[in-house]
Amino acid sequence: MIINGVQIDDTFAEAFNMRGTRVILTAQNHKWAYHAANAMTGFATSVIGCGVEAGIERELSPEETPDGRPGVAILMFAMSSSVLMKQLELRMGQCILTCPTAAAFSGLDSPDKINLGKNLRFFGDGFQISKQFGGKRYWRVPVMDGEFITEEKTGMARSVGGGNFLVLAESQPQALAACEAAIEAMRKVPNVIMPFPGGVVRSGSKVGSKYKALFASTNDAFCPTLKGITNTQLSPDIESVMEIVIDGLTDADIRKATHVGIAAACSLGAENGIKRISAGNYGGKLGQFQYHLREIMNDTTLAGGAA
Amino acid sequence: MSALTFTLKATPAHRVDCSPLTPDQLTGKNAADIAALTLQSGKQTLRVDSLFDISGDDANEIVFKNSHTKLDFIGKAMTSGSITIYGDVGSYLAFQMKNGTITLHGNASDFAASGMAKGLLHIHGNVGDFLGAAIVGDRKGMKGGTVIVTGNAGERVGDQMRRGMILIEGNAGSYCASRMLAGTIGVLGTVGDYVGFSMRRGTIILTKTPQLHATLQDCGTHTLPFLSLMFKALGKLPSKFASISQNRVQRFAGDLANDGKGEILVFK
Repeated sequence: MIINGVQIDDTFAEAFNMRGTRVILTAQNHKWAYHAANAMTGFATSVIGCGVEAGIERELSPEETPDGRPGVAILMFAMSSSVLMKQLELRMGQCILTCPTAAAFSGLDSPDKINLGKNLRFFGDGFQISKQFGGKRYWRVPVMDGEFITEEKTGMARSVGGGNFLVLAESQPQALAACEAAIEAMRKVPNVIMPFPGGVVRSGSKVGSKYKALFASTNDAFCPTLKGITNTQLSPDIESVMEIVIDGLTDADIRKATHVGIAAACSLGAENGIKRISAGNYGGKLGQFQYHLREIMNDTTLAGGAA
Repeated sequence: MSALTFTLKATPAHRVDCSPLTPDQLTGKNAADIAALTLQSGKQTLRVDSLFDISGDDANEIVFKNSHTKLDFIGKAMTSGSITIYGDVGSYLAFQMKNGTITLHGNASDFAASGMAKGLLHIHGNVGDFLGAAIVGDRKGMKGGTVIVTGNAGERVGDQMRRGMILIEGNAGSYCASRMLAGTIGVLGTVGDYVGFSMRRGTIILTKTPQLHATLQDCGTHTLPFLSLMFKALGKLPSKFASISQNRVQRFAGDLANDGKGEILVFK
């Protein structure tokens, strides 16, 4: 399969069951909503070292938020509900409670609930006030800038983490340009985040290592500087490989984001040095989900930006 | 199916306990069963059809017509459906109501919404004393749900109220929110003396600064985002409160004689 001169490998991305939630952060203006969201989703690239994978889903207008202020929707994913809740409460306490004018609300309706601000109320030292309306409980915690407002709980959904594709290009700037184009298009897809810096990751890994202490190490088959000395997956013309990892609330969201991202990367075409699109997997043995690139790219119903 | 309608034939001699006439208790009963039900009235038990003309068959939607202040306990402990009343009602309207909707086109007497836990009580008229209050012997009044009063309310609104929302578009009498435990009371008109007397927690929202007793203390004027959140959540309610968008208030806290975690917010 070739799109605009770019070869789509006959392979698949392997992804995992995760638990995810959406939180709506609001503030006096978008500037401070982003300060809150950037802090909350900072150091949240991979569950391996960060506990959660998190990112900004999209900006919200005042009409879209519960309190009528400008906001930002973030998505957060973890391997289990207990880790998700622990990380959510930690980050709420350090990043949102502390952020001037910021407030946090549930952005996901689901029968499964996890604590959002439930335990942060104790910061109020007895002066906290509970308010219930519209079937939801909120907490008002007195703080130095006025009041910190948070919903007590947020919804949690079974979701999918680890969808991915690789962009193989003739040079590092060209690989990055294709990834930037892909990320820009994928950010318009709802219910997904690309958790790595700028949405792109360069240090794809393989399972195992020569060092006993490590269970993962650099994916040497895709390292361009090792082409001559390993069982390489790269042809001589490939000089740089970058990966885009996708976490989404549902299987369908990942499929759509994969399609949109690959299409955007391929739109730069072979003339801009984009040679191949591939994907990372573990032989299909570890993950519960598989995203076959050719099948997804043949599915024209997935085309287009926002759903 | 048309609404199950009870039209009062004549003014009863004594007060009548109408608690059996709720959607929950009448669903599945035919016209003859309903007519043969008995209601307590003083020492007497009266058949329903001796008091009311009965028409319609949808027990999920009950209508009282020609209602009178001697009809007590309408909608007691109901869990679903709706009751619409034309005329005045007696005491204990929506007593311990669990869910559903009661709409009154008339005035209600004392202890309306006492022990109410969920649902909506909409009174197009005035209401007597002890709205949403605890009955004697109970330690908690209203425990949830929403009450809207388009007219005035009597004394002791929300006495020992624990949760929920009472929205009064007219005036409220003395001792509004006395011994309040939590919840929200809004009054667009005036309130009488001793508002928030011995309130423990809870929020009273007012449009004019009332005469406050010494154990309610001024905490200054503030812009509270939670009010925007609340009024946005109220947007679907059929009330004047739904159109409020103001969130700048003077905050009084108290009653310091009883823990002092309550608040009176007055729009500025």
